[in-house]
Amino acid sequence: MAYSDKLLDHYENPRNMGSMDKNADDVGTGLVGAPACGDVMKLQLLINDDGIIEDAKFKTFGCGSAIASSSLVTEMVKGKSVEFAEQLENGAIAQELALPPVKIHCSVLAEDAIKAALADYRRKQAAKAAANQA
Amino acid sequence: MTVKLPIYMDNHATTQVDPRVLDAMLPYLQGVFGNAASRNHSFGWAAREAVERGREQVADLLGASPKEIVFTSGATESDNLAILGGARFSQKKGKHIITTAIEHKAVLDSCHQLEKEGFEVTYLPVDDQGRVRIEDFQAAIRPDTVLASVMLANNEIGVIEPVAEIGAICREHGILFHIDAVQGLGRIPFSVQSVPCDMVSVSAHKMYGPKGVGALYVRRGRPRVRIEPIIHGGGHERGMRSGTLAVHQIVGLGMAAQVAKEELESGGVDRIRAMRDRMWARLQENLPELYLNGSWEQRLPNNLNISFAYVEGEAMMMAIKDVAVSSGSACTSASLEPSYVLRALGVDVELAHTSIRFGLGRFTTDAEVDYVIDLVTDKVRWLRDMSPLWEMVQEGIDIKSIEWAAH
Repeated sequence: MAYSDKLLDHYENPRNMGSMDKNADDVGTGLVGAPACGDVMKLQLLINDDGIIEDAKFKTFGCGSAIASSSLVTEMVKGKSVEFAEQLENGAIAQELALPPVKIHCSVLAEDAIKAALADYRRKQAAKAAANQA
Repeated sequence: MTVKLPIYMDNHATTQVDPRVLDAMLPYLQGVFGNAASRNHSFGWAAREAVERGREQVADLLGASPKEIVFTSGATESDNLAILGGARFSQKKGKHIITTAIEHKAVLDSCHQLEKEGFEVTYLPVDDQGRVRIEDFQAAIRPDTVLASVMLANNEIGVIEPVAEIGAICREHGILFHIDAVQGLGRIPFSVQSVPCDMVSVSAHKMYGPKGVGALYVRRGRPRVRIEPIIHGGGHERGMRSGTLAVHQIVGLGMAAQVAKEELESGGVDRIRAMRDRMWARLQENLPELYLNGSWEQRLPNNLNISFAYVEGEAMMMAIKDVAVSSGSACTSASLEPSYVLRALGVDVELAHTSIRFGLGRFTTDAEVDYVIDLVTDKVRWLRDMSPLWEMVQEGIDIKSIEWAAH
């Protein structure tokens, strides 16, 4: 398949590849996709008390577009607020990487990964608040 | 020793024209241009002589008589002619056909066409090694079975099918037996003398000949095999395939067949097998969790079809972009479905997504094999580092225990 230079660059030099401590209170982890479908994305966000995403890391099993989409999304949200990340839509990723139509689902997966990571972060924060009150 | 990039390891898709084949073809593009059907002048005679030599060479590779060779535009046409032509001619006797789930699309789609014409088709499953079970074949036979089609060797996994046993059963029951021999010819010994069969499809470009030409062996013994043509016109090839013969292409096919036979007999194929064996052994030493798809023993000498667990196939192909291979991953196909051949073997969908097919060939070198072993090792490690599944497995998590959301 013919891919854009930007996509190839993200695939060949993935940004922010790696893992953070998934048990830490200030780390939200999103794991989306399925091995049977050929792609699984793990996205982790380190969020400070001001609601700023200090760091983002990914690991992806999937095609080149899936890897590039997750790499790009870490770059897009790093240093940004939780609100910004929440409103990020897959179209922005697809457009940036010029994803071919059959690969649009990779950008959807990246959007889902952010939402899942933020949900995990909120769940942990709520649990922490509840523990503090008790 | 340095290697020249890119490296070609996709010899099941097509092969490079052998220089000996090209040399044989060139005169027929440069001066000898006659129509082999022109019987009254020397231009026609020269063309006819070349065509008949090509016919002998193809017949010789198959252990057949030249009179049993029909030239076609390629194996897709040969498969269509054998299946459509054989079934339509015999339909008064019955309208049932037996084939396998792992045939090439040229066979499967011809069968689908016959279903539209009122035939019934049994698609036999294969075992986990990729082989048809003889008892399944036997059980599928009905009084109205007129035709069976089983490949000599599979194009994805290189597994060799038990065509001799199946052919014997077909003969016993008076069933026309067609073999798509495209992937096996020139790679393993095959002869219509030892394998009972009625029709055999041949492709030039899978055995170092030019694209656009093939042949169908149609047996002439008793009872004589009769088929209906699918292309109509001037009655060439004894009425089975009309159309002016492509002389230079046929010369190329003929020489490709001759060289293929020589390479089998002179040990050229053994050299390929040794490289393939070394590649598989070294990859297994270097990397854990590799799975060979299909039988090791009953396998073409040039084929490796490996699932690199936790590494998606298309990503792998991009990582080794200087090496031409193919993958059974959904992401490399327009349909987004993983390989139907791997699925027929019962390979997990997860693993089907991680499969890579290597097809070594006559022009593959030891240095290229070494380069590919190192590159693949390196890139699998890199992609596994990036794979959340690999990470989970290292942490002792059973991936199958997780409830994944299908998307």
